[in-house]
Amino acid sequence: MPRIGVFTCWCGENIARNVDVQSVSEQAAQLPGVRCSQTCKYMCSDPGQKLIRDTIAAEQLDGVVIASCSPHMHLKTFRKAAAQAGLNPYLIEMANIREHCSWVHPDKARATAKAVDLIRMAAAKVRHNRALEPIKVPVTRKALVVGGGVAGIQAALDLADAGIPVALVEREPSIGGKMAGLSETFPTLDCSQCILTPRMVEVAQHPNITLYTCSEVEQVEGYVGNFQVTIRKRARYIDIDKCTGCGQCWNVCPSKKTPSEFDYGMGNRTAIYVPFPQAVPARPVIDRDACLRLTKGRCGLCAKKCQAGAIRFEDQDELVREDVGAVIVATGYQLYEIGRRGEQDRLSGYGEYGYGQYPDVISSLQFERLLSASGPTGGELRRPSDGTIPKTVVFISCVGSRDNAKGMSYCSKICCMVNAKHTMLYKHKVHDGQAHVFYMDIRAGGKNYDEFVRRAIEQDGAHYHRGRVSKITQEDGRLIVRGVDTLAGEPLTIVADLVVLASAMRPAAGVEELAQKVNVGYDEFGFLCESHPKLRPVETNAAGVFVCGACHGPKDIPESVAQASAAAGKVLLMFSRDQLHREPEIAHIQESHCAGCFACRRGCPYHAIDAAEIRDRQGLLVRRVARVNPGLCMGCGTCVALCPSKSADLEGFSEQQVYAMVECLR
Amino acid sequence: MTHNLDLNSVEELAHTRVHDCYQCGKCSAGCPVVERMDILPNQLLRLLQLGRLEKAMAAGAIWECVSCMTCTTRCPKSVDCAGILDALRQLSIEHDVASPAQRRTILFQQTFLDNIRRNGRLAELDLVRKFKTQGFLDDLSVPQLFKDALLGPQMLRRGKLHLRSRRVKDRKLVGRIFARCMADNGRGNGHGGIQGELEA
Repeated sequence: MPRIGVFTCWCGENIARNVDVQSVSEQAAQLPGVRCSQTCKYMCSDPGQKLIRDTIAAEQLDGVVIASCSPHMHLKTFRKAAAQAGLNPYLIEMANIREHCSWVHPDKARATAKAVDLIRMAAAKVRHNRALEPIKVPVTRKALVVGGGVAGIQAALDLADAGIPVALVEREPSIGGKMAGLSETFPTLDCSQCILTPRMVEVAQHPNITLYTCSEVEQVEGYVGNFQVTIRKRARYIDIDKCTGCGQCWNVCPSKKTPSEFDYGMGNRTAIYVPFPQAVPARPVIDRDACLRLTKGRCGLCAKKCQAGAIRFEDQDELVREDVGAVIVATGYQLYEIGRRGEQDRLSGYGEYGYGQYPDVISSLQFERLLSASGPTGGELRRPSDGTIPKTVVFISCVGSRDNAKGMSYCSKICCMVNAKHTMLYKHKVHDGQAHVFYMDIRAGGKNYDEFVRRAIEQDGAHYHRGRVSKITQEDGRLIVRGVDTLAGEPLTIVADLVVLASAMRPAAGVEELAQKVNVGYDEFGFLCESHPKLRPVETNAAGVFVCGACHGPKDIPESVAQASAAAGKVLLMFSRDQLHREPEIAHIQESHCAGCFACRRGCPYHAIDAAEIRDRQGLLVRRVARVNPGLCMGCGTCVALCPSKSADLEGFSEQQVYAMVECLR
Repeated sequence: MTHNLDLNSVEELAHTRVHDCYQCGKCSAGCPVVERMDILPNQLLRLLQLGRLEKAMAAGAIWECVSCMTCTTRCPKSVDCAGILDALRQLSIEHDVASPAQRRTILFQQTFLDNIRRNGRLAELDLVRKFKTQGFLDDLSVPQLFKDALLGPQMLRRGKLHLRSRRVKDRKLVGRIFARCMADNGRGNGHGGIQGELEA
């Protein structure tokens, strides 16, 4: 005969207002298997928990029902109390008579009846509860950071400084990401490279960091604490250990006409090149599509010049395996491609702005390169078409952002500040120039942000027009910008020398493929989904995988860095124990019944089901069955619903328990 | 059929939602006739959002619109701005709130459509005769009667004025298109009528 204790909470007035707690408790005492029934004003308080502990001990209870608030609120509290009294914590059930009853039902008599029913169901369920033990998973104390922008660098350094070995994977030939290409940063106007390059060098020299550049994550297997990652190191054609970075090779390279990726096409580079002077590693790479030797089999001048003998034309892609316990994804962003047809038709438009058609209509990242001291113009602001100094510049906000028809419905968040910064930097370089900004709203929330925008308007004299630009045309080498100032209620035409489009932030190309490899969800735009928008902002639904930076949503540098440190902190927390403890409420498959149809395997959203082979004593294959990987299973129950032979079941939420709950209501 | 004077009727006629507009101003920025408008397109949308239908309907701007659809095409929120102006014009006629100057515009448009309905294409002299006669009967204004008279020879020289009216062959089809559009008035897709008829 089960010995169940029912504890009904008043929750002050919260439950007692609409539920007759005393009557509920008396009726609960009559339920089958219930040994005792108690109430307390606040069950979660110390006296309430003491009541539970004492009653468990005195009555030798083997099942407990607590009728109070949502399990989200206090399940952990009560499980802990039960464990202290020597009862297995998984023999606790909660009946939610607050959110599901007293808060939503004003009729006291009916609410009371429902509360009794909820307790009846919980009591029926708890009779079938089994004592469970947390699952223990070993941990590999090493982390993988994907993406070497400012977020990835911060996360890698934080972990490495704490003594954790880190593998940092970067797709480009150098780490640094988008930030390395910026001229100055808001709201302090400090030089971007001056603050970033020391961190980049630190990464290169850190004994705990293994840096993989020109590399991508090929495959991720395993589960939390035990990932096996395959990294594809693309052929660099340079032996970076032999190379001294002297620069002889790129000085003699005859192929000089490739648009520089780092300068967003504002300048050209050679086929063998370092992306920018402060690149880390400061070693060149050969562009296999531009190199004459690799495409046509002639030239090879760089190899003749190289005294270190570091050029390896026969270089091949290489696969490297890393075993890690946690993954941090920090793949960052790219810009919305204005006027060009994206992979989705929905994300194309703004042909009316003439981007790609008029050389003097550029994106904000291209403008950064024109301003940058290390940029193609050496920091002198000259427009791309004829190299003259632009005297009137128009900046346009929300190009692709906040546009349901042809772009993203979201706000890219940084563009308002970027525009304000650009107007200032422009004014500092061209004193007699005039900057115009077309905006819809100015979103400058943040420490010293609004002051910064006001400074652009009040001190540096930028003209802000509330309205949008409809069309840009070119006449006699100048750009005719047709817009409207809705505050004046008048159409406005500005003849400009240069137009800068603040186009929307999108997650970097290929992030969806990566997300699928690590089983992280993403939204319709490709931004990775966090586990909880407020309370678990860097965790994902895939245990052991964390996100930070702009791959998770539009973000500026301070926010990306803060999130990167948060992700590193979460990894450290995970690594602080020798073993990971996971909730045991997961699926299990009765292999004697399993027919091996693998419907569960196809349906499992966490890829937690493997095919296992059952062999006889001679080692001959008898049959193949599905087996749950306890490290990956999140206990969602999809396999239980899919299994045609009813061999899948969920610990702590078995079909027997669910049927008992339904049956008891008849 | 006369529509009620409320926001719903505008939205029903235009098949679009006024509150989707977030006042970016791209409609006003791209409008080719915005210089002639007393109230900008985005301001008209704002008036509708505030429920000030009378003021929007009485605006001269709605009669300046040439239905080039640039505003609708460029709208980042897919609000059919041109459709809304169309609806405002229709309501303005139904509720008779147009000023004398606007009435001449309405008269011109109605005469023009009537002309097309009968001929299948524009018969310029017929249009001028009907428009000027009816306009003079309405306001007895002699200057209005002779306004634009000097344009005649120029148009003739450029082949814009045809002395013999030319009619399309299948005028029954034109009649059916008009009938379908009128039946479609305020329901379904406004373009569906013409499209369907041409396909049939």
